[in-house]
Amino acid sequence: MYVNTVVEIHDLRVEYPSRELRQRSKLAVDGLNLQVQAGEVFGFLGPNGAGKTTTMNVLLGFVGATAGSASIFGVDVRQPIARQRIGYLPELTYYYKFLNTEELLRFYARIFHIPRAERERRIDEVLKLVELEGARKRLIKTYSKGMQQRVGLAQALINDPDLLILDEPTSGLDPLGRMKVRQIIQRLKEQGKTVFFSSHELGEVETVCDRVGILHEGKLRVEGRVIDLLQQYQCNLENVFLNIVGYKP
Amino acid sequence: MYRRKDFYVLFALIILLTVVLGSVNFFNDDRIVRYLKDACLLMIWLSSLVIAVTTTARQIPAERESRTIFPLLAKPVGRGEFVAGKFFGCWLACGMALLAFYFFFGLLSASREHTFPLLAYFQAMWLHWMCLGIVIALVLLGSVVFTAPSSNATICLIVVLGLMFAGGHLNGIALQMRGVRGALVYAIYYLEPHLEWYDVRELIIHNWGLIDWLAWCGATIYALLYTGFLLGCAWLVFRRRTVTL
Repeated sequence: MYVNTVVEIHDLRVEYPSRELRQRSKLAVDGLNLQVQAGEVFGFLGPNGAGKTTTMNVLLGFVGATAGSASIFGVDVRQPIARQRIGYLPELTYYYKFLNTEELLRFYARIFHIPRAERERRIDEVLKLVELEGARKRLIKTYSKGMQQRVGLAQALINDPDLLILDEPTSGLDPLGRMKVRQIIQRLKEQGKTVFFSSHELGEVETVCDRVGILHEGKLRVEGRVIDLLQQYQCNLENVFLNIVGYKP
Repeated sequence: MYRRKDFYVLFALIILLTVVLGSVNFFNDDRIVRYLKDACLLMIWLSSLVIAVTTTARQIPAERESRTIFPLLAKPVGRGEFVAGKFFGCWLACGMALLAFYFFFGLLSASREHTFPLLAYFQAMWLHWMCLGIVIALVLLGSVVFTAPSSNATICLIVVLGLMFAGGHLNGIALQMRGVRGALVYAIYYLEPHLEWYDVRELIIHNWGLIDWLAWCGATIYALLYTGFLLGCAWLVFRRRTVTL
């Protein structure tokens, strides 16, 4: 393992047992090998059902691997401590609607045992970053979708994580919301954070990511630097993607 | 808890029913205060059980449905800590509700009897709270086994009421049975949590004085052991569960 390897996945296999009798289990991820280095923005691409979210779920300890292993900062993902230095933004999440943003962030910050003064400073900092300072006392249930997504980013950043796992962070957002999320990712990249994110917005991936991996039917079909892939295929990332998943118009 | 409506509704209902009952004097009976205390305590018991079961039953399923479980478990929180957090949250909230209920009961009783046996009320409330600990742990175990909170709440409420009203009589039933069936009912009698031990309403209604502190401590330890066992089972089931939609 490299010294600066943040995420390491080795021969990962995930099968979901069938809920119906006499039906075979569903293979979601098949022999996945992947490494993400420190400071990288890694785009994890693939069509729906390719196994992206399942892989992220394994990294976050939501789903157990059928075979293989995964580690974050060298710690097995089955250990809760592996999640100490990460921030996670799910694709669609509803936060506790009876709390306001400040209370929500305080709740999450307490999980990381951040001291009170530091906690309040972090809350101010992330609220400024996601531009929600003016709405910090408002109940989350009164927020628009874009604002809720930014609350999600704020909670993901509350512990000043070294690795951010974002599951389709711009899904369902309007162009302005997307741009804001993209700017935040860019800013985090400049701060040297590692970002591992899945997205269907390939133009956005092309702009933001250093490297991408394309997953199809549970297998990693291609992995490499965005620039190298564009040169190799002599087309934009969307066409590279369509090529790899076998789409023929 | 203070942002939930259930507690206020039940508390207001108890006050309303008790005040209505207290305002009438059936058959000019001097012992009316005992009936009043009995009715009030019965409502407190039923309300606390309903609050404990319904609040706990929806905790984990609601976290899944609203997807709030994902950002929470993505933090360095173990499954055991998650289950323990849910348990303590519900248990403490029920404890606060009990405090309000018993305070009201104490006021009502003092207004009629002109006495306030604080220690007796404390013992009764404490045992009530310990009983709710077992109930909450049982419902939490149910909520990681059954997916629908409504079916979990119904099943658990039936089991709890069954344990409270019939659990203590199983040895009598076993005595009348022979062979394996008798042994089986005996085994259930010794293995089931004896929730009926914690219902000391009669002692308060008739002012029979304090419970022996040793017995009170024994009941507390018994409840804590049972609660720990049920929470351990809930953790064992939940730690292997895949957390996806």
